Amino acid sequence: MNSFPDPGTGAGRRGSVPPASSTPAAPAAPPARETVLGASGLVRRFPTGSRIHPATVSAVDGVSLNLQAGEVLGIVGESGCGKSTLARMLVGLERPDEGTLTYRGRDVGHGRLADRKHLRQGIQMIFQDPYASLDPRMTVLDIVTEPIAATHTMNRADRRVRAGELLELVGLSGDALGRFAHQFSGGQRQRIGIARALALNPDILVCDEPVSALDVSVQAQVINLLGDIRSRLGVSIIFIAHDLSVVRHIADRVAVMYLGRIAEVGDTETVYDTPSHPYTQALLSATPTATREGRGRLSQRRILGGEPPSPVNPPTGCRFNPRCWIATHECRTVVPPLRSFGETGVPVRDVSCHHAEDVVAAR
Amino acid sequence: MDSKTSHSSRVLLVRNLSVTITGSGPEIPAVREVDLSIDRGEFVALLGESGSGKSVTARAIMGLGDENTRVEADQLRLGDADLLVLSEEARRKLRGERMTLVLQDALSALNPVMTIGDQIGEIFRVHRGASRRQAHAQAVELLGLVRIPAPSRRVNDYPHQFSGGMRQRILIAMAIALDPELLIADEPTTALDVTVQAQILDLLGTLRDQLGMGVLLITHDLGVVMEVADHVSVMYAGRIVESGDADTVFAHPAHPYTEALLRSVPQAAQRGSDLLTIPGSPPSLTRVPAGCSFHPRCDLAVTACATTRPPLTDTIPGRRVACLRSEEFTGELVS
Repeated sequence: MNSFPDPGTGAGRRGSVPPASSTPAAPAAPPARETVLGASGLVRRFPTGSRIHPATVSAVDGVSLNLQAGEVLGIVGESGCGKSTLARMLVGLERPDEGTLTYRGRDVGHGRLADRKHLRQGIQMIFQDPYASLDPRMTVLDIVTEPIAATHTMNRADRRVRAGELLELVGLSGDALGRFAHQFSGGQRQRIGIARALALNPDILVCDEPVSALDVSVQAQVINLLGDIRSRLGVSIIFIAHDLSVVRHIADRVAVMYLGRIAEVGDTETVYDTPSHPYTQALLSATPTATREGRGRLSQRRILGGEPPSPVNPPTGCRFNPRCWIATHECRTVVPPLRSFGETGVPVRDVSCHHAEDVVAAR
Repeated sequence: MDSKTSHSSRVLLVRNLSVTITGSGPEIPAVREVDLSIDRGEFVALLGESGSGKSVTARAIMGLGDENTRVEADQLRLGDADLLVLSEEARRKLRGERMTLVLQDALSALNPVMTIGDQIGEIFRVHRGASRRQAHAQAVELLGLVRIPAPSRRVNDYPHQFSGGMRQRILIAMAIALDPELLIADEPTTALDVTVQAQILDLLGTLRDQLGMGVLLITHDLGVVMEVADHVSVMYAGRIVESGDADTVFAHPAHPYTEALLRSVPQAAQRGSDLLTIPGSPPSLTRVPAGCSFHPRCDLAVTACATTRPPLTDTIPGRRVACLRSEEFTGELVS
């Protein structure tokens, strides 16, 4: 049985909800599906270094993404590539230095109080660490209903009923309400975190490494739960992970990030089967397979020289050029724009590489 | 190095190892009835989830227990040395020389106020009585061996000046410094990115081939085990539930836990469908279920599983399974 039916069904259900905003919608060309969250040219820099030698970390540098209603967008990349900073910007925990963030057609990137309120009603976050993200001194009832309490929309009795519904939704029994977070295992805690994120009926869940702190046998439960919630509630999910096989399993589309920029974004199968950015190729070939037949594949992988460079002093041009095996002079000087790429036998996706044609041909 | 293992190629032999954590409160049976055997040049993986007793086993083999752990075993041999009868001082000499441990968290395993060259050189100075100059030269050579770029320049750097993957390689360099027979790697790639993880696994494989040491790899990552292991032992709640040749175990898992573990990992072919899940979560070691530890989560459990603990028995030569119903499964496989 396919537990992820066409997201369109979910979107249809969602579509009956009137758009929250009356401002004219930003996208000019009507997309196939409604874009719920749009990011364009997001930039985030952090100051670092000493007062004598100030420096900036360019954590996210010009990321544009669109999230459609009911889809799961995976974001993958190595540590330090800016995935988490991007996630925090998308939920309004971090203000972009440049670029715009639109939620349902309304620009919410400036951190105005009303915008943030609007954003929080619609976008909720699931955190990586199920131990640190739940208050040890609050009962499950208080944790799960805190978002509702913060918006003053329900009285205590109603909140209790709602909390029961939410726990049922995530597969926990109602007698968990009076207990504390430490009485639960990692997987159960992550379910509580998911219930809390669903409390306000959000359109979008941003999950930052939601399963990487869990054991393999429990990981599968949480992945199935997220898939189930998507098909039942029609929420869109941004799923950030470093585990490529998990993302391949759950995501409809995948964005590969490298050092604060998007290397490649497209349908999951397209990106995994015919990677057209050298970094995507290298990343995929370095992932151990889950089958014994794939053994030895790692020794034939694309070997990347060195380590990811520091975002404090990123390379000029294409940020991947010092580790790339086909880099040319152009790569060292000109920043490759994210462009649509596809040819016969190679489905269309967006890639930021000057030489995507050569990469696909040499595959 | 040939003199040490002239008569046998077996590096490590563990029979019936138990580790009990004492201290305040009730005693916790962390590891029970663990058997392991590693040959020269063999890559053995110990696979298990967190809290299954993998790292405790490694520390017990190394002899790194404190006063709150009690280690018991029928046999614990490193090559020709019986570790059970050796004095603490003699075992200390073995560590670093004939058996070494690579830890997961490379930053806390290295001394932040000593240069890398001094830390690696210390091994030669303590164990071999090398002079400062000799130790320094050998440190440079080792850094080159683990493929640190520009080793003669980097040897005077401090740990914080290296990236995570490089620090892990420095730990590996220290572990292979004295040409050990046995290298135990406890989750060596868990904190690393996949591209760096691939480099480290590559390096371990190459060094194993070059130096002919036995490697015990402790990990929870099925993909890593698939990639490198010759032989695998699967641990659950402090016991080995299945062990055997990695090809056979992964092609025909005979224990329900191994099988469920394999099926709960996302695979490209099943994209979009539900993953198989194991209900519940691994038991706490203070409350391990009676009978087979896995029975509350097992969908094949029968009533006997709740009361009788299945022994780890040989089903076919070289293949051991602890499951009351394993004969039914292996019977199915053979037919």
